[in-house]
Amino acid sequence: MNPYANMAQLRSGLDNGDFSAEELVHFYLGRINAAADLNCFITVDSDRALAAAKSADKAIADKRTGPLTGIPIAHKDLFCTEGLLTSCASRMLHNFVAPYDATVVDRLRKAGAITLGKTNMDEFAMGSSNETSFYGPVKNPWNQACVPGGSSGGSAAAVAAGLAAACTGSDTGGSIRQPASFCGVTGLKPTYGRVSRYGMIAFASSLDQGGPIACTASDAGTLLNAMEGHDPNDSTSAIAEATDIDSSRRPLKIGIPSQYWNDLDSSMAKVLEAARHTLESLGHDCVPVELPHTEAAIAVYYVIAGAEASTNLSRYDGVRYGHRTTSPENLDDLYQFSRTEGFGSEVKRRILTGTYALSVGYYDAYYLKAQQIRRLIRQDFLDAFMEVDVLLTPVSPSTAFEREALIEDPVGMYQQDIYTTPASLAGLPALSLPCGMREQMPVGMQLIGPHFGESSILSLGCQYQNETDWHALHPAYEHD
Amino acid sequence: MTEWEAVIGLEVHVQLATRSKIFSRAATSFGEYPNSNANAVDIALPGVLPVLNEEPIRMAIKFGLAIDAEIASSCRFDRKNYFYPDLPKGYQISQLDQPIVGRGALPIFLSDGSIREIGITRAHLEEDAGKSIHTAYDGFTGIDLNRAGTPLLEIVSEPELYSAAEAAAYFRELHGLVTTLEICDGNLNEGSMRCDANISIRPKGVETLGERTEIKNVNSFRFVEKALEYEIDRQIAVLDAGGEVVLETRLYDSERDETRSMRSKESSDDYRYFPDPDLLPVDITDEMIESVRVTVPELPTAKRNRYVLELGLTDYEAGRLIEDLNAARYFDAVAERGIDVKLAANWILGDVAAALNRDEISFANVPIAPDELGTLIQRIQDETITGKIAKSVFETLWAEGGSVDGTIENQGLRQLNDTSELENVVSQIISDHPGQVGQFRDGKEKILGFFVGQVMKATNGQANPKQVNEILRRELSVLPPTP
Repeated sequence: MNPYANMAQLRSGLDNGDFSAEELVHFYLGRINAAADLNCFITVDSDRALAAAKSADKAIADKRTGPLTGIPIAHKDLFCTEGLLTSCASRMLHNFVAPYDATVVDRLRKAGAITLGKTNMDEFAMGSSNETSFYGPVKNPWNQACVPGGSSGGSAAAVAAGLAAACTGSDTGGSIRQPASFCGVTGLKPTYGRVSRYGMIAFASSLDQGGPIACTASDAGTLLNAMEGHDPNDSTSAIAEATDIDSSRRPLKIGIPSQYWNDLDSSMAKVLEAARHTLESLGHDCVPVELPHTEAAIAVYYVIAGAEASTNLSRYDGVRYGHRTTSPENLDDLYQFSRTEGFGSEVKRRILTGTYALSVGYYDAYYLKAQQIRRLIRQDFLDAFMEVDVLLTPVSPSTAFEREALIEDPVGMYQQDIYTTPASLAGLPALSLPCGMREQMPVGMQLIGPHFGESSILSLGCQYQNETDWHALHPAYEHD
Repeated sequence: MTEWEAVIGLEVHVQLATRSKIFSRAATSFGEYPNSNANAVDIALPGVLPVLNEEPIRMAIKFGLAIDAEIASSCRFDRKNYFYPDLPKGYQISQLDQPIVGRGALPIFLSDGSIREIGITRAHLEEDAGKSIHTAYDGFTGIDLNRAGTPLLEIVSEPELYSAAEAAAYFRELHGLVTTLEICDGNLNEGSMRCDANISIRPKGVETLGERTEIKNVNSFRFVEKALEYEIDRQIAVLDAGGEVVLETRLYDSERDETRSMRSKESSDDYRYFPDPDLLPVDITDEMIESVRVTVPELPTAKRNRYVLELGLTDYEAGRLIEDLNAARYFDAVAERGIDVKLAANWILGDVAAALNRDEISFANVPIAPDELGTLIQRIQDETITGKIAKSVFETLWAEGGSVDGTIENQGLRQLNDTSELENVVSQIISDHPGQVGQFRDGKEKILGFFVGQVMKATNGQANPKQVNEILRRELSVLPPTP
């Protein structure tokens, strides 16, 4: 069995009887087990995965299949899964077994997908290197000394290493796109509101968006179709037309924002330039555009995300569930020690900065100012999309860096998000897909579309992947 | 001695009578087993999100229309952040600077019979917290989240109340209004309306406000009045002694009838309010406002005017009926029968209220239908039965049901109006009691009551009392003197 088969190939393999869903699940479970050193998974749900595979095989035999029937996937460990540990990679929730399924989990299951388990991540999705996990860092399958990116590092590394056909991830400021680029896989951050946030443990509510990490843009589109759509349990989920990736094949006007390209390292620029030429050779037209407020995005992002996180994480107080300190003397002790012990240092840093930004006397200077600039950043994009159909940018200033290179340098770590936070702040869909290699490590490019323009960026991604093989490269890493 | 004036503003938290909570689908019913009305959203499990229900919005609009306030065309919800065990999210969803209801006014009726409009600054929606129960477990605090997420309308008055009695009158008037609007069940002992009072003292004639204290959580008309009376006296005593009132929160202890300092406000709380990103701004269309407007019933002020000016009830009677929406409804239904409305009010506030009180029933569930009570009063007016018999018919109907006319027929209670028959009874009684007849003749008028009683006894109380009186007077006067 090919561990790097994409979902379309698995679909035909299952439907043609080349292998059963049960065999497929066994195959992936074996690989997950053998790849334990990558630390991609926090929880593996073998029994229920095998039971689900048996039902899938029945459905396949009865020809009652959907696009995902029998396809084994894994969920980032911030999606609540009924009866299964949902830890958010935090000591705070190391004992939290969710009593309900997130809408995303529920929809993917109903579409036939099989849950293999829960993937590792940065604690509460706060991090760009997957080094803040209570369960230890994830290793990049391309080079185990390197980080897989974050915060959806476990999901990206699992797809790259062939441990699951695809995974869910979540993206607040780049948490799907950056690990996808570091691991050489395809990740989509949908438009804010496209995918329900219900049951996805909140980091920053106005930015969080769940999305797929897969082998190809086509697979990402198939998964998005199952995940997307209005959910009455999430007031911010939109009523929008479903994504249709086969819709547009017309020549597009692709914007090249100077703010994303000018400061690019020359070796990165070379790879991105080649990707741009490929797109031009497919008949698309690349034109320069300006997004003048890009520079402010990281500061704005960390103020807003921190502010929202500081109150979203207030519910972890040791009172009702999760980590609780032993023998507190009084109520203040209960709060203080439960939270001191339960949260890691990056989470604490963001709660503190966010609390500061919302405090009396600082609110106007930080939170309110950040919201004003956020509107300017959004307006930059709206103006650009008057001129062009999509934007082409790098995902990250570099390829995957070594572990511990940045963990002591939070500001340096935050700079990693320079090309991903603007689309987050503007609520735009953005696709990260492999477009080349630099020193044996994958490089990703980003296609940003207008609001609810997933169809065009996914279609463009499919065209690109039909023309190139970067997405079909796999790490030399093998464990068997 | 300085002459002092108290200045009081009230913040009243009104629990809205919705069936489900403001941001979750859990029920709001009172008195359920702890945490049985708390779902994943109320418990604030990881990953859950609030979803606004429409009903609290409609109720807030209804209140806004009733106080003639501006209804916001768009409002939003904010997070008010603080840690407390019965606040599961670590923040309360409230409205900071975009409340749903803007400035309005509520007329209150003062003891001297005058009416004064009290300004209402704003009213906003928020969610209630749960309850901490400190007494159930030794060394532990129990948390009951049944109440968490119940919709509250916080109604903030202007500092325009100048005595404890005025504050109590305002609270009472507000109670009458929200129950008339049917946006609150008005059960004060279940905490359906909770009042915080801000109070300060200033020399009479001075415009600026003195330093204030806040009295938290006073939940009855009487306690509002008593707590404020105590606090006014306390502040005046402090000022008279040359001291200063300290800005602080105080609690009213109803058992000792005093307020006590709870916490100083010097280190003012920082609630880090900011717009809740989980909820979208709420747009309120004219269409929605109009659809609510048609549901606004007759308001207490209009009702009071109708009762007093049109129907001739006393202020007291009108006030008591308006206090309880169901009492007023019952009265209106009885009065609709075209009977003597004063008599109807007497019956409802007298016999009906007493029986309800005795059997612990509310005016929503009077066992005698208004139509039947109307018939009963009609039968008194048309002299089918006496007032005394009416009370026994009332008791029968109360206990056993049935109709007024049926009961009168079955039990033979019809009033004796036949003059010749009554004359026969009267002459029999007169001849049986010569001694008393003599006393009457000697001018002892009071003895007439004895004869009336004898006639009633002889007729099982069914004799028409007016006729009995007339016949007795006539017969006693015309009789020749005893030999």
